[in-house]
Amino acid sequence: MNRYELLLRDRCAIDPRVMVLTAENRGHMRNVPPYLGDRFVDVGIAEQTMLGMAAGLASRGRVVIVHALAAFLTLRAFEFIRDDVAIPNLPVIMVGMVPGVLSDGNGPTHQAIDDVGLMRGLPNVGVFAPADEEEFVEGMAELLDNPRPCYVRYVGTPTSYHREERTTLHRGVTVCDERECCPQVALLTYGAMLPHALQAAQKLEQQGVSVRLIHMPMLAPLDEAIIVEALNDATMTVVVEDHLIRSGLYSAVCEIAVRHRIAAAIHPIGLTTWFPAGRLPQVLRVTGLDADSIAPRIRTLLNNESAPERPTTDEISS
Amino acid sequence: MTYDRGRCEEISIRVREHILAMSTDGGCFTGASLSCADLLVYLYTSYLNVRPDTLTDPNRDILLLSKGHDVPALYGTFAELGFIERERLANHLDCNDHIYWHPNRAVPGVEFHSGSLGHLLSVGMGMALSIRMEQRASRVIVILGDGELNEGSIWEALQVAHALHLDNLVAIVDRNWFQANVRTEELIPLEPLDEKFRAFGWNTARVDGHDFDALHACMSSLPIGTGRPTVVIADTMRGKGVPSIQERADRWFCNFTHDEVAQLTDELHGNAVATLVSPTLIVR
Repeated sequence: MNRYELLLRDRCAIDPRVMVLTAENRGHMRNVPPYLGDRFVDVGIAEQTMLGMAAGLASRGRVVIVHALAAFLTLRAFEFIRDDVAIPNLPVIMVGMVPGVLSDGNGPTHQAIDDVGLMRGLPNVGVFAPADEEEFVEGMAELLDNPRPCYVRYVGTPTSYHREERTTLHRGVTVCDERECCPQVALLTYGAMLPHALQAAQKLEQQGVSVRLIHMPMLAPLDEAIIVEALNDATMTVVVEDHLIRSGLYSAVCEIAVRHRIAAAIHPIGLTTWFPAGRLPQVLRVTGLDADSIAPRIRTLLNNESAPERPTTDEISS
Repeated sequence: MTYDRGRCEEISIRVREHILAMSTDGGCFTGASLSCADLLVYLYTSYLNVRPDTLTDPNRDILLLSKGHDVPALYGTFAELGFIERERLANHLDCNDHIYWHPNRAVPGVEFHSGSLGHLLSVGMGMALSIRMEQRASRVIVILGDGELNEGSIWEALQVAHALHLDNLVAIVDRNWFQANVRTEELIPLEPLDEKFRAFGWNTARVDGHDFDALHACMSSLPIGTGRPTVVIADTMRGKGVPSIQERADRWFCNFTHDEVAQLTDELHGNAVATLVSPTLIVR
């Protein structure tokens, strides 16, 4: 059994409210149904029905975790999330599989690259983007301790970074900060991008560029304080995300900068459209989201910051 | 619950009065409300195990209005049966209360809000599943519109309800043969409707939705607990009870003058026929 299966098994054993639903998506919890009995329901390929049912179950006092591919969960069932979960503020935890670049070879229909924007736009709905399985399971445990509507970008890879403390869903995490004050670059990221951003930060440090890398496991509500501090401290802030630049964390950081009247240089490294389908390492390379692309891109941005030039017409129109 | 036809008839007249009273100063979905008024009156007076003093009892029966725009019929029924005070209906479309065009849980008796069509069958399935796991005898009734059956989510939910053997779930179709602005059979034909539901594995029954005796006979004999969910197709009439707006495609949403409401109320009571001058409203 994987860590998530153990969590589901143990939580169901001690908390009779917990129900687990899936829209025929059980690869990451294949072993768990026998332990859950009638508290595991596979509704088939029926995301809308699953969300409606989850709301009905939650309205009877249950805590419901639903699972589906992230794109289908957030898009096909969007109105069911909005109407039946968000409006009545019911404790339904919505786990989206293969979000962002993790859909690798599936093609654009399966690419959840607008999911963070959609979900963080909904009142009452949290957005949790863990970087690895360990963080995912810890965050899920916290959500089950204090159930509320939350969308979760599932990442099942083993531990991706060393943590001093257990992840909480209230704070951003400073993963590395060599200089501790006034770094050249504040690098903000989340989810599956964290290990790539971390590698890029290490490369930059080796090249003499100081970087504060901050992981934002919770995208809604956001830990604004850690972002404001980064915007104020760093020469330049860069947001790396496997999500559309508009509506994702980059947009959120810009909103915060405007609201706090911080005139900061903020640059996105993310997606502007659907990406070419392929195996993950190549997807990361062609989208500029692997460490070998992120690090030089940041160096270029930093050089431009120190010697600002008038933007060309092409850059303005793009 | 004891069934008393005379009481049902008496209350249904009062509920229709409330619907007409809400059909002015902004208006409401009059035609669709009048078609399911008898259905709701029958269910709340004679079938459902729920009263104003049992609204939090976990053993109560649940009714969900999936075609939420007929909520004046629901609120009229609630007012007559003491779920809410009659005076509260005067707050229709006042932002300081919650009496608007679709149901919401700020009004006692409403079990789940609606507005967007095609949602509450699946919400009702979640409730029915939970109730079965709680080992309670409560039933879940979901009122669907016939136009609402255009929504794909209904047919998705029908399959899943059958797969889960939700035999404490009853869907009732308010089959008034109209959707917003046109007759159903002229837009998206639904018949043979019984056969469609049967093909999806549901028990089916068909009944005159304005005949209280027939409704009572039908609902009393439903096969609850047989491993399959049940659908009742209640044949009804848009605008039922008020001939001037009966079976008219253009009287779905109505915003009459106070004088027209007075005339229509007279007409409801079997007196003079109303002369309507308010323009026809096409909402969609």
